[in-house]
Amino acid sequence: MQFSTEILEQLQLAVGRENVLTAKEDLISYSFDGTAAMQQMPGCVVFARATEEVAAILKLAHQTRTAVVTRGSGTGLSGGSLPSPQCVVLCTVKMNRILELDRANLTMWVEPGVTTLQVADAASAAGLFYPPDPGSMRISTIGGNVAENSGGLRGLKYGITRNYVMGLEVVLPNGEIMRTGNKCVKDVAGYSLKDLFIGSEGTLGVMTKVLLRLIPKPQAKKTMVATFAQMDHAAEAVSAIIAAQIIPCTLEFLDRMTIHCVEDYAKIGLPLDCEALLLMETDGHPAAVAEEAAQMERICREQGCLEVRVAKDDAEATKLASARRTAFSALARVAPTTILEDATVPRSELAKMIRFVAAVARKYQLKIGTFGHMGDGNLHPTFLTDERNKDEMHRVEEAFKEIFDEAIRLGGTITGEHGVGLAKKSILPKFAGDAQMRVMRELRRVLDPNGILNPGKMFD
Amino acid sequence: MHCGLCLPTCPTYDATKLERNSPRGRIALMRAIADDRLEPTRAFADEMYFCLGCLACMTACPAGVNYAELFEHARAEAEASGVLDSPKRSLLRNFTLRWLFMDLNRLQGVGLALRLYQRLGLQSFVRRSGVLKLLPRRLRELEAMMPSVQSHFSADLIEPVTPASGKRRFRVALLTGCAQDLIFSGVNRDTVEVLARNGCEVVTPPEQSCCGSLHAHNGEWELAQQLARKQIDQFPPDEYDAIVTNAAGCGSHLKHYAKLLHDDPVYHRRAELWDAKVRDIHEWLTHIGLEPPASNRLPVQRVTYHEACHLCHGQKITAQPRQILRAIPNLKLVELPESTWCCGSAGIYNLIQPEMAAELLDRKLEHIRSTGAEVVATGNPGCLLQIINGAKRQGMALRVVHPITLLAEAYRQEGSV
Repeated sequence: MQFSTEILEQLQLAVGRENVLTAKEDLISYSFDGTAAMQQMPGCVVFARATEEVAAILKLAHQTRTAVVTRGSGTGLSGGSLPSPQCVVLCTVKMNRILELDRANLTMWVEPGVTTLQVADAASAAGLFYPPDPGSMRISTIGGNVAENSGGLRGLKYGITRNYVMGLEVVLPNGEIMRTGNKCVKDVAGYSLKDLFIGSEGTLGVMTKVLLRLIPKPQAKKTMVATFAQMDHAAEAVSAIIAAQIIPCTLEFLDRMTIHCVEDYAKIGLPLDCEALLLMETDGHPAAVAEEAAQMERICREQGCLEVRVAKDDAEATKLASARRTAFSALARVAPTTILEDATVPRSELAKMIRFVAAVARKYQLKIGTFGHMGDGNLHPTFLTDERNKDEMHRVEEAFKEIFDEAIRLGGTITGEHGVGLAKKSILPKFAGDAQMRVMRELRRVLDPNGILNPGKMFD
Repeated sequence: MHCGLCLPTCPTYDATKLERNSPRGRIALMRAIADDRLEPTRAFADEMYFCLGCLACMTACPAGVNYAELFEHARAEAEASGVLDSPKRSLLRNFTLRWLFMDLNRLQGVGLALRLYQRLGLQSFVRRSGVLKLLPRRLRELEAMMPSVQSHFSADLIEPVTPASGKRRFRVALLTGCAQDLIFSGVNRDTVEVLARNGCEVVTPPEQSCCGSLHAHNGEWELAQQLARKQIDQFPPDEYDAIVTNAAGCGSHLKHYAKLLHDDPVYHRRAELWDAKVRDIHEWLTHIGLEPPASNRLPVQRVTYHEACHLCHGQKITAQPRQILRAIPNLKLVELPESTWCCGSAGIYNLIQPEMAAELLDRKLEHIRSTGAEVVATGNPGCLLQIINGAKRQGMALRVVHPITLLAEAYRQEGSV
């Protein structure tokens, strides 16, 4: 089916001919995001460069009931920016300016196509700190981070993207431009609508400006790696650290499979002869850092760790954290298709959940690598499979169903940071329950009566 | 796996922000062709030639996707499909890839002609005469980019066998290359000197052929295989401790003959041994333990290091050249921002994609300027040429030199070479 010529002409008028792509080679290039085994050709791809252009596009889409799927760099892991059939892909990467850095109020206004790393670097250059650091931060965009409410390695201590968004400029599905939130720390005027848009996965509006909160940069940090002969020991060490009322900024774990894959890529000398590895980082006042680091080291030893290695300098610490961020992609060294999930449980249930995941993998005879944010109970069990093997893909699905059921049973959630998108759409109703589903549906209908934004995602 | 971690390291994606100009987009197109969702179209072929082949994506890829191989196959597929064919292009390719670079004598013949053009004052006459203004702009630019052909080719400067100075520790072959031989024969001489100084007997037969990297990168698979066999015959790998190259682009190709000759029952095993013996000069010197020059009489020089893509991405050689530079007395090595970002030379990329190449060159020169260095060192003839041309165009006082030349100069000061 050919995309409507009239709509194309209108789009070209709105953003300029060079910013509307229709060649098959382009449509193929935008027919996927970071999610494995999903593909859908869009009708066209449009680059907006300003709020007014986004407004014009949405107005047109609203009038003509054309589907619009917003996309940043396309690194999402739940199919959130996967095109809907015959949709307009609205790409924000050319809206990539940092508009203002306000040192007095510790805020930053940015356009949605700015990458997370650019935000972090700009903050750092001003002696400030933007903590959310999703694995793909070198290329993921802030627009995508806000839309998916991304987490990262520092969630335990510093929270997630939501905790750093103070305001938004959003274009509503009918083309209206709305501002919500501001630089005030306290603001209780009306509903906090900005919070509605954070994590809305491109279903309620298109963000065109984001006001971010920054914090002072911690004066010191210490990074260390502890290895364990059993996953359980690592989980117990984490529980003991938290029970000792230490909140490290990073408390990540990797299992044997993941350690080997990451080392294979990064070659930074990770210890290979262990079942689990904890990557721990504490930051803050130098005295507190030194004390916490010593305590964490002691606790790990008490829990029977094999070895503790402290990063000797910043460069080594950065290397360790960067290596951890490549875990998901590095697992693809073992198999052509890597399907990862982000079932999350309360911290207290973590050890139980890890054991359950391992048992499920055995039951369905699947190869698995597990890593994740142990400090905040956010696991990334990753099945290493091949999408061409239908039988195995079916077993993967069955295994995930069990994992989600268990996560829910333990008081957890079906997705900690990747979002619902298409990947979790089928299990959202069971998790959310009837009342939540009804409210979400009605909210979406109020904002997007014609159902043009990211149709088919999250729920129908 | 299509996580997108390669995107920020891709110079063409960085410039256009278009997914099709990224490694992930290009692989998606290759896959679409493999799955019969797309024909090898003109746009596909153009895309494969818009890619620099800098392989920065391979350094970035945690999943270990072998983009180099995919990319060479894709270019070969584009050539086979004929979508790019035009009389002018075929003529050019026939002349360069199928004729000129298949035989050193032809190459040196053309080199001699160019040398005469430059030496007899013809070039300056032509340039002064204004006759160039009659040429189309592109040809004028190409004339200006023409490298100075050296007054001596490598074989005039180097004996077929150079003994090790002092005790012979190793016996190595040095590949003198094609472009290197014509334009930077001095680098070859410097390399021989440095090797000999470090206990290597160096074998450099005067008649050598092209390694085939140009052919493999440009979709001429069979010619590349022919040239690979020729190399293996000329330098039986079991006779040397190492087969040394000082050109990053060649080294990156030379180390993969086994893959290239995978289906060749006669050569495959020898190619495996060959691959194991090929060493970039920096890699080899640091491997055998470089003897640092003793002299301190050299003037102090501030040097920055530009990493040739096919050294840092293609061969993952990053520490060794720096180690060598740091071993030179009175040399202050200043780190170059974005040192691993392509300079736009990329084989013959600067000839076929002048705009993108110029953009990258400007970016590189800007960074070089920011270091305040008076010398930039880089281990690949393409990069040397590109940066020399750029510095000349911008009127920058900059010495552009191979790291090994700096090392050889230091040894000479010492009085030991």
